[in-house]
Amino acid sequence: MTMAATVKYDEVEAGQQIPAVEYQVRRVNLVMYAGASGDFNPIHWNERYAKAVGLPDVIAHGMFTMAQGGRFVTDWAGDPAAVVDYGVRFSSMVVVPDDDSGATIVVSGLIEEKLEDKRVVVVLTAKSGDARVLSKARAVVQLS
Amino acid sequence: MALNRDFVGRTYEASASYEVSRVKIREFAAAIGDQNPIYHDREAAIAAGHPDVVAPPTFPIVFSLGNTGGALADPELGLDYSMVVHGEQRFEYQRPIYAGDELICTSTITEIRGVGRNEFLTLRSDITTVSGEPVCRTYNTIVERGGAA
Repeated sequence: MTMAATVKYDEVEAGQQIPAVEYQVRRVNLVMYAGASGDFNPIHWNERYAKAVGLPDVIAHGMFTMAQGGRFVTDWAGDPAAVVDYGVRFSSMVVVPDDDSGATIVVSGLIEEKLEDKRVVVVLTAKSGDARVLSKARAVVQLS
Repeated sequence: MALNRDFVGRTYEASASYEVSRVKIREFAAAIGDQNPIYHDREAAIAAGHPDVVAPPTFPIVFSLGNTGGALADPELGLDYSMVVHGEQRFEYQRPIYAGDELICTSTITEIRGVGRNEFLTLRSDITTVSGEPVCRTYNTIVERGGAA
């Protein structure tokens, strides 16, 4: 058996949209991410520290936001191993208040280009409120 | 303070290999809120055609970020870590990472540049198996706010 994406190359077109998915971020998610990633920068969990260094509140790890974009792509492709290249620029902060709803990251995608070897370029848009939190977010995905 | 350009080209090899475990992949997947069984369950991963559970695309940050052996904290570099934010990140895979992989990470400071009042430092990490098979290359750009002022 070979691993394979569930999305077929022949069934997608350049210009095709991938519908938006919302991801919620609460403080507990940042605490979990700090532990799992080893990034314990207090701006991601300590409101007192974050405000002292001039931030509006605790902010999400950029890598947490990038991971939500990765999750969007792997869920669409149907195979976590289908992502062969994934890069982003962090363009704005995701501010996470200390309440029950936290913040929301909305990720959507566009198939920008079909490459050779059944690969496609997916460009992502990630927003929190009105702010674009990722720019130049681009994944190359191996389809079947 | 401007960063010391003498650090461009310096390479840091991890002193020990990094063993990718099922438990760490599960912990990382749970932390990013991803319940995909291919991250959590070996049988599900095998049923999907993988040799073992697969690491999420951004997983290599776990062992690549701290791989400079403290070079980024070297006073000679002049980096004020309290002003650092993450600028850009990229993962370029030669093959997926699986539980059971034993990986070596070699990191090189490839560029330091000033843009406006900020300093940008880019670190490239080449990740291979212990037998030298290329697995992934990562590019990490950090920004020191106000560093060039």
